[in-house]
Amino acid sequence: MISLPLEHIFILACILFMIGFVGVIARKNTLFILMSLEVMLNAVGIAFIGAGSVWEQADGQVMFILILTLAAAEVALGLALLIRLQRRFQSLDIDKLNRLRG
Amino acid sequence: MSSTTIIPLELLFYLAGFIAIVASFKVVMGKHAVHSLLYLIVSLLAVAVCFYFMGAPFAAGLEVIVYAGAILVLFVFAVMMFGLGKDEEKHAPQTSGLTIWFGPSALALALLCELIYIINSVEQHNVTAINHISPKQVGSLLYGPYLLAVEIASFLLLAGLVAGYHFAKPDGQKHSNTIDKIGENQ
Repeated sequence: MISLPLEHIFILACILFMIGFVGVIARKNTLFILMSLEVMLNAVGIAFIGAGSVWEQADGQVMFILILTLAAAEVALGLALLIRLQRRFQSLDIDKLNRLRG
Repeated sequence: MSSTTIIPLELLFYLAGFIAIVASFKVVMGKHAVHSLLYLIVSLLAVAVCFYFMGAPFAAGLEVIVYAGAILVLFVFAVMMFGLGKDEEKHAPQTSGLTIWFGPSALALALLCELIYIINSVEQHNVTAINHISPKQVGSLLYGPYLLAVEIASFLLLAGLVAGYHFAKPDGQKHSNTIDKIGENQ
């Protein structure tokens, strides 16, 4: 019998979320920002599934599946935009996107 | 078999969580895009092991199949085909091939050892006693009260498909279309 305290699961989710958040804030390369977003979405999935397993409800896994579809759509769009960015500016530096400022 | 010799499953969960944290850290701190992708795959596999220990084998399978199998392949495909990691390569230090894959493979090896240990010690641990949630429960909930959310998710995927196709279209094709339209107008 395994019984994980909910606090430890949330601590793990928080650490992973913070790592991803720091990556989104600190990195300049847009590809790394997308990868950090994946890490953040994973952390949210851990929180949902941990809560669902502690309270023995299946709702957590339903939310995880919805997060999965969100991540798939986000990655497809983000990578398509990255390809356009690479073609137009020959670089993935997020600071060069300043040119879009109206 | 006395219970003192077997490793408690909680410890294995914490080990998997630690591997996930280390791999995610290396993803964020990585210099080279492909190396970061390798660590990201290891991180996703470790999170899948965590899901299994939290009593969600269905979510663990989805994590491996969809995240590590589909989304990460999309990442690798984009990086390899379109040279997205090119501007990082110039600044990255030149290292030999051995040191590059040593870190991810060591972490993945630890996960594999956990998996083998679990498979070998199913009888002693009575793993079925985990308060695990079956895929049947998830499915009946997904197509019952959450039907509207599933429909919205399908809209989201369709929008992602259309927009991905539109954005990834080459530039030249677009120009020829506009030229054709101008010609028609004249």
